[in-house]
Amino acid sequence: MATTYEAIATVTVGSGGASEIEFTSISSAYTDLSLKLSTRCATDDFPNIRIRFNGVTTSYSHRIVYGSGSAAGSYSGTNNGIDYASDDAAAQTANTFSNCEIYIPNYAGSTNKSLSADAVSENNATAAYALLTAGLWSNTAAINTIRIYYGGGQNLSQYSSATLYGIKNS
Amino acid sequence: MPTKLVVDCSTGAVEEIELTAEEIAQREADAEAAAQAKAEEEAAAAAKQAEKEAIAAKLGLTAEELVKLLG
Repeated sequence: MATTYEAIATVTVGSGGASEIEFTSISSAYTDLSLKLSTRCATDDFPNIRIRFNGVTTSYSHRIVYGSGSAAGSYSGTNNGIDYASDDAAAQTANTFSNCEIYIPNYAGSTNKSLSADAVSENNATAAYALLTAGLWSNTAAINTIRIYYGGGQNLSQYSSATLYGIKNS
Repeated sequence: MPTKLVVDCSTGAVEEIELTAEEIAQREADAEAAAQAKAEEEAAAAAKQAEKEAIAAKLGLTAEELVKLLG
């Protein structure tokens, strides 16, 4: 049976924290990409975390449906990347991490790039988020770089981790 | 100096690199924009809550009773 799901690279944030995680030189040999994330923000309160492709800061949009523990809703927006989650942070229970999976189909094709993401935060309190995101990058370039960062410029905490998988259709 | 983790997917090598001046400036601009968006969001939520409470007061209900009625 052919191997259709392959771990390309993984990274864990060290003791000093990091402002972002960047995957570079992504091969175009796969059909789709999947990114699995376990992240926490060093400061703040449920900050928005964001993904950007190829270092380009334009033509992103997102639509998110969420539950917050006390309400449900949806919102949309445009930024210099795609917002896909509200992460655990300093204001949430210590040593808890949000987790998320982002799926990027046809990342190396010549059409606009879409993604879907499902994410949850952990918190020993009423407020904790579950989010489903539809994201669009209106750009036809093949994705070869992925950057993960907080929209408000915060740092990722130690032990935050990210693994990029390549998926083939045969 | 803030740093980023860069993973070269062709080799698996991970490097911790200091941000460039341009990246730092972008980060600061992002932080400013996020703070402004948060303030606007909070102001909008407060205005919405005040509107709800004004309607509830006209009806002789508390805001919580109005929420239950509409829920």
